[in-house]
Amino acid sequence: MKALGYLRHGFEHGVHPAHHKQQTADLPIQRVPFGKHYIMPLGQHTGVPARPVVAAGERVDRGQMIAEPGGFVSTALHSPVTGTVKEIGNFRGVDGRFAPAIAIEADPFATQQLDAGTPIDWQSLTLDEFIGAVQMAGIVGMGGAAFPAHVKLSVPDGVRIRHLLINGAECEPYLTTDHRLMLERPDALLEGAEIMRQKLGAEETVIGVETNKPDAIDVLRKHIQPEQPVRVVALKVKYPQGAEKMMIKSVFGKEVPAGQLPRDVEVNVNNVGTIVAVADYFSRGVPLIERVVTVAGPGVTYPANLIVPLGTPVRDVVKFCGGLKPGTREIIMGGPMMGRPIASLDVPVLKGCSGVLVFTEKQTARRKEYPCISCGRCLEACPYFLNPSRLARLAKSRMFDEMKAYNVFDCVECGCCTFACPSNIPIVQLIRTAKDDLTHRKEVDA
Amino acid sequence: MKKRDPDLLLFHAPLLRQGMTTPSAMRDVLYALAPATGASLWFFGISAALVLGSCIAGAVLAEWLFANKETRGESLRDASGVLTGLLLGLTLPPGLPLWMAFLGGFVGIALGKVIWGGLGHNLFNPALLGRAFLLATFPIAMTTWVPSTGGEFFAIYPGNLALPFMQAQLDGMSAATPLGLLKFEQVVTPLSDLAFGKTSGSLGETSGLLLLLGGIYLWLRRDLDWRIPVSILLTVIVFSACLGLFDAERFPTPLFSVFSGGLLLGAIYMATDPVTSPVTPRGAWIFGIGVGVLVILIRVFGGLPEGVMYAILLMNAATPLIDRYTQPRVFGRGVESQ
Repeated sequence: MKALGYLRHGFEHGVHPAHHKQQTADLPIQRVPFGKHYIMPLGQHTGVPARPVVAAGERVDRGQMIAEPGGFVSTALHSPVTGTVKEIGNFRGVDGRFAPAIAIEADPFATQQLDAGTPIDWQSLTLDEFIGAVQMAGIVGMGGAAFPAHVKLSVPDGVRIRHLLINGAECEPYLTTDHRLMLERPDALLEGAEIMRQKLGAEETVIGVETNKPDAIDVLRKHIQPEQPVRVVALKVKYPQGAEKMMIKSVFGKEVPAGQLPRDVEVNVNNVGTIVAVADYFSRGVPLIERVVTVAGPGVTYPANLIVPLGTPVRDVVKFCGGLKPGTREIIMGGPMMGRPIASLDVPVLKGCSGVLVFTEKQTARRKEYPCISCGRCLEACPYFLNPSRLARLAKSRMFDEMKAYNVFDCVECGCCTFACPSNIPIVQLIRTAKDDLTHRKEVDA
Repeated sequence: MKKRDPDLLLFHAPLLRQGMTTPSAMRDVLYALAPATGASLWFFGISAALVLGSCIAGAVLAEWLFANKETRGESLRDASGVLTGLLLGLTLPPGLPLWMAFLGGFVGIALGKVIWGGLGHNLFNPALLGRAFLLATFPIAMTTWVPSTGGEFFAIYPGNLALPFMQAQLDGMSAATPLGLLKFEQVVTPLSDLAFGKTSGSLGETSGLLLLLGGIYLWLRRDLDWRIPVSILLTVIVFSACLGLFDAERFPTPLFSVFSGGLLLGAIYMATDPVTSPVTPRGAWIFGIGVGVLVILIRVFGGLPEGVMYAILLMNAATPLIDRYTQPRVFGRGVESQ
């Protein structure tokens, strides 16, 4: 029966990278000591950048709001430390571009103690007030996209959310943040889930976890109260199980129509980290000022799962983990399949950064590229059933407009095609270039 | 002294790859063909080695001659030239003059691959193109089949040593293939002979079971789209069974159709050439069914006893069109929103 259940909970296609999670899966989450410098980019979430409400030289407390939402698709920022605002200016971001940010210097003599605030009586809030509160808490999707969480909560009239789906798949190799959160803070997770479920008016909460985390599944099942409408669903280990549309397909068997959102099939999907952040805010009054980050990969001396204050430079995080091993060639922020390479150790850890992965020569060695032999492995890997082989050929000939007929905009850039390609063709990178070109051209034409 | 940060690379994710590469996929096909190649040596002795070697030499020479100076080593190292030569050789009669085999390998690569733009760009299977060239140019030598040497390894067929551009030296020791026997003399070869290779025929087509064994290896290594051989063989079985309903005497039985001639070699190793077969799953079924139907049509109604080569080449030509009309349904498209 159990085996049948696993069979049922899957989506089609996808790939099976080695998961490499053993490095950090058993390491408890620990806290990084406070450093000196913190950089809080105003645009670390998807959408409109936040607007600063502090000035240079001003003293800020840990957890104090330092920037307010710049629009509806935007969230607030809070100071990760007690200290002084040193400067509001342009700093190098993760993508290598300069972007406005608030630099804070920590007060070396402050205790950095955060008194638990008064719990917020969320039950008495209306849905609109609740959405506003989530926005002011600065909560975003913690899986990597950093999409403001409150936007997903505001559903148009006539749309009903029946299921709250909590994403504990963590299908990216190396990362273990959600795994550790589910093991160490199951109560907070279930508490946050209950808040979200009641506010959304959903009938049930489903927590989807890949079967390579059996301990997390057990712990969650033990902590569920009999009266809570929560069930844990064991999902097949397959990348990208954690992509929300794939997870909906796995759990409910429904396909979200192209161009639509999970709410159109009556589902709201949130990451484990996001739900824990909701619980922290409404039960303990702590806004989003820190997050769990997995530091792993073959180039790091002591891999770890860490609570890192937002804005901490990667340099401090890596230093705490014993520094980089000689031969380090690349550092990825996020997972190895979809994360971003960083050019400098001075970029800060952001709300959407689930991992700092350090790779050495072996993983980054330039692979010889061969011509496409149309073997079809990318077609069998693509969870969206696109034709990556064709898309890559068109992209190489710069026939970007023709790519639209092959549904290039349905691509979510999960990287399965590049992973599967025996000819080492950088398919997803080519597609990304084409998509950038097409969207940019649209902006110019408009 | 301040420690310098490492110079960081900015290779974009995904950094992880599965282990298989294109050259290793090509080598897998070579390994899969090893048993059948061994069988050809067993049945036809050193002549088999000479014919296969000539084909490979011709193919590799063309590959080397027409490659860019900079990429010359690379295009040889991906093993695709050797594979083309070996596949071509396995479709040739053991007694073929060696210079013809060499020429076939050369033309197969030159006209079948290089002029299209090299690996991955050709429309037709290079090995089969080489064979079509040989069949059109040297029809007598290409249809003169010799019996097995009967265990004498060093006995060379006299035809092998014919001088270039002289008339092929033909000896009286010829034997018809099972398909030829059926077509022209209405003699049915027993199935056990077909499966174990105790027949005359081209080098690689005589032992059906060893070819199947290699196919299973390729399937396990995921180097082969199983839909293509399965659909070809199923179509051949169903189609010949249907014909058998009309006249069981005149038409071959389904199993005879499968194990005779080059069908297994073609279905498992030639039709599945990824470059020249459709990339979409539905396209693979259509391609396979097309090949199966054409094989039986040519064998039963055509002038030649064997039709696998032309069937595959014709369907190769249809591949781009099949691909275009069989794109898979994109996730989330065509489902009703609620």
